[in-house]
Amino acid sequence: MQKELLHYTLRLGDNALILGHRLAEWCGHGPVLEQDIALSNIALDHLGQARMLLQYAARQKGESYTEDKVAFFRDITEYYNLLILELPNGDWGDTLARQFLFDTYNYFFYTELLNSKDDHLKAVAQKAIKEITYHAQWSAEWIIRLGDGTEESHQRVQKSIDDLWMWTGEMFTMDEIDQKLIEEGVAVDLAPIKEQWHQKVAEILDVATLKKPQDDWMQSGGKQGEHSEYLGYILAEMQHLPRMHPEAEW
Amino acid sequence: MSEENKDNWMIWEVFIRSRNGLSHKHVGSIHAPDAQMAIKNARDVYTRRSEGISIWVVESEAITASSPDEKEPLFTPADDKVYRHPTFYDIPDEVGHI
Repeated sequence: MQKELLHYTLRLGDNALILGHRLAEWCGHGPVLEQDIALSNIALDHLGQARMLLQYAARQKGESYTEDKVAFFRDITEYYNLLILELPNGDWGDTLARQFLFDTYNYFFYTELLNSKDDHLKAVAQKAIKEITYHAQWSAEWIIRLGDGTEESHQRVQKSIDDLWMWTGEMFTMDEIDQKLIEEGVAVDLAPIKEQWHQKVAEILDVATLKKPQDDWMQSGGKQGEHSEYLGYILAEMQHLPRMHPEAEW
Repeated sequence: MSEENKDNWMIWEVFIRSRNGLSHKHVGSIHAPDAQMAIKNARDVYTRRSEGISIWVVESEAITASSPDEKEPLFTPADDKVYRHPTFYDIPDEVGHI
């Protein structure tokens, strides 16, 4: 077992798991039936991706591990998702702004992960890229409509983008884990992804008549297991049942 | 978005083609603010279980429907024209199977 590869796999798996969990909170609460179903579909896409990645992580950890054990019996400091994904959903505009900022990143990231020398990560990317391409199109269409919609929708989604901006820097930070795996051809170099992301985000915000915020101080820490208090509540809700009844089946 | 639909989304009729060689079939309707979102909403609502490979959407308003009041003049005259069905005709034995 290589500890860098396990950590990297968990970062990707946790991104999918935590965002999937957040989006699932919209189920039954969407503004209209169509969007309720759309977000629930997207939540399930992320959950499916999380399963593939956590299965891989479990396999790396050893025979006694399963995807469920990895998801439900790790504590908060052992989760490595991006902080932006654990933030509360906020209103529809906040949720869509986060989707747009993350989906755009995720699209460029997974497009590059298709070239990974790790066969399993490559296979995950091949399956996930179709879903992620749709997510990115869908959330970009929404940002255009909210930005170029009514005066109220314009102002509110601009505020959502502004508020979320300081959480976007973490998507592109790299540490020694990234460096080592990039050298091996396994991980994605995030420097070119950052450029592609800025360009695409600028393009869509422009069509949406929204202002692209200036890069300023950025939050970080999620990739190293330092989280906001919000993740604690997510894990409590997600983990209490399997922890109380570890043998439960249905 | 135009002024009249900013508060209420339009209704769109959805047509799905389940596979190549078949025609698009009406499957239901959805709400959406414009045509592109209508395609996406139709995709999310009606093709979640691999029901289709092609989607058409058309604004419900654009469809002109026949009126139930006109049922008699429109449809009953066809009821006694049995000779319009191919089964009305006896095919001579010499023709064999067609």
